[in-house]
Amino acid sequence: MCVRVEQHCILDVDKKEKKVKITVDGKEIEAYEGEPILAALLASGIKVNRYTVKKHEPRGLFCGIGQCSDCSMVVDGKANVRTCITPVKEGMVIMTQDGLK
Amino acid sequence: MALINTGYLEYEELSQIQKLPSDERYAKGPVAVIECVQEIPCNPCEAACRFGAIHIGDPITNLPTCSHDKCTGCGVCVSKCPGLAIFIVNKAYSENTATVAFPYEYMPTPEKGMEVTAVNRKGEEVCDAKVVNVMNPAAFDHTPVVTVEIPKEYADEVRSIKRL
Amino acid sequence: MLERDVLVVGAGPAGLAASIEAAKAGADVLLVDLNMKPGGQLFKQIHKFFGSSAHRSGTRGFDIGKMLLDEAEKAGVEIWLQSTVIGAFPGNLIAIEKGIDGGEKEVITLKSKKVIIATGASENVVRFKGWTTPGVMGAGAAQTMINVNHVKPGNKIVMVGSGNVGLIVSYQLMQAGCDVVALIEAAPKIGGYAVHAAKIRRAGVPIYTKHTVVEAIPGEDGTVCKVVIAEVDDKFQPIPGTEKEIEADTVTIGAGLKPATDMVKLEKCRLTFNGPFGGFIPLHNDKMETSKKGVYVAGDATGVEEANTALEEGRIAGISAVESLGLIEPKEAEKMRIEIWKRLEALRMGPFGERRQIEKNNILAEYEEKVVAAVEMD
Repeated sequence: MCVRVEQHCILDVDKKEKKVKITVDGKEIEAYEGEPILAALLASGIKVNRYTVKKHEPRGLFCGIGQCSDCSMVVDGKANVRTCITPVKEGMVIMTQDGLK
Repeated sequence: MALINTGYLEYEELSQIQKLPSDERYAKGPVAVIECVQEIPCNPCEAACRFGAIHIGDPITNLPTCSHDKCTGCGVCVSKCPGLAIFIVNKAYSENTATVAFPYEYMPTPEKGMEVTAVNRKGEEVCDAKVVNVMNPAAFDHTPVVTVEIPKEYADEVRSIKRL
Repeated sequence: MLERDVLVVGAGPAGLAASIEAAKAGADVLLVDLNMKPGGQLFKQIHKFFGSSAHRSGTRGFDIGKMLLDEAEKAGVEIWLQSTVIGAFPGNLIAIEKGIDGGEKEVITLKSKKVIIATGASENVVRFKGWTTPGVMGAGAAQTMINVNHVKPGNKIVMVGSGNVGLIVSYQLMQAGCDVVALIEAAPKIGGYAVHAAKIRRAGVPIYTKHTVVEAIPGEDGTVCKVVIAEVDDKFQPIPGTEKEIEADTVTIGAGLKPATDMVKLEKCRLTFNGPFGGFIPLHNDKMETSKKGVYVAGDATGVEEANTALEEGRIAGISAVESLGLIEPKEAEKMRIEIWKRLEALRMGPFGERRQIEKNNILAEYEEKVVAAVEMD
């Protein structure tokens, strides 16, 4: 299942950014440098970014512009990083956030 | 108004709000049919027409009116209308067929000669159609205008094609 | 300490327009925004804008965004991205968490003579069973994914809400290659422009008025796999027995927007509640100045409208700020403002606009009554 937009009547959707590799929960995925981490994850079919503290419920993309915190993940050891407004860098290590406030 | 409950215009409703081309005008060839029926602040169609056929004036919430005698059916307004609400209908295309031109901003863009399925304002399939022209110059800013040939009796009904 | 003539918060259409006007008049302008790129929501607006052809209508939103960024650069506007205002203190001091290279943040205190708040709006939510399931998101969030990041949030979409956002985003999801399997509206009527509804109907999207989402059902992976909708009664309650199950992996909610007022609250500007404008908004006068002298507002943060009105209000705020700095003559400023208010009036006409014009007038009147009168009493 490819979820990138491959062709578009109005937008130029050919990615010109450098292809890089990032690690998500120990698995390597491809991403484009500078795109939001969240977008790279969605393009790889990953829709769950964190689990809530009390009820352990999954959360994912909700506002997409840094206003809510549903897409928070652990990025390079730092928790509560809003992945929708944080750009991808080569070699980033990302973890699903579980049980953190 | 059926439109605001359903999302599509009934032909009757349209003809009550917009002045449509007369049968005599239709007999002369392609002409613009404006399906803009609400007073919204918008007027690019007026500036788009170099024949001065479309009038809005002041205030910009006026409904556009088309002087069908000035209209040449060139189709520039079709690409300029932000609401994608203008169509070019040619009921004089041939003895038994008419053409309808409409904006089509989906991928892939149809190609001339393609056999496609024409749909009405509700998105229902109406008839088979043949793409006879695709205009997509830079000035249209990525709003291709596609012309399809259909049986004449569907000229007031067909307004797009099934997505390819 | 870092000093600037004008700080503008929010780099959407209102903030950019304000920055450009202020910088063109010779002010030292700093524009801050929390996002990775400036432009606010303009870059996800890929449709041709309505409005007056004298003012770039018929141009696609992202092209207007590019033009504004160009103008801002030429005018010498300094932009800090991934930066957030975190405090406002007496003496015109503003604390900013500034994004610096490498993803790190640094807190900087700025002394700014004037402040323009153009923080925009956030999406409203509709709550139903399963609304927090991954796959349920704001319509604007889905629009950001397809049009800015070029990633589809899912393949089969149920859109909730028939306002212009719901209608336009439905259309754009199809342009990106998604299928919109249903559009749900609780009211008996479609809320947005008929032409937007007409183009998604032509594309075969069923529109269910008088319907609501009852539940988003997750699959084994914890994300949405089915959506239950039902008809509603006159009190918007689901009618038992009318439920219908739709296969979908995404629910997008276009239930309107709410002005983002954190910053105006930080500045202790006086607020008023206004339903048609989306909630609490700052009182302001015809110079877009709030109850706090030297603090201006513009765009959706003053009441939810659209990009054209945001641009025009931003221009007024920018002009007024530099007028009070003595950079342009009051007469000249007043002349420009009158022109802009005229254009705003044209944008607030017709069945969709007149209510906003009435509310705007009410807000200006309330400012006179509560803010000006209070000052005179002091």
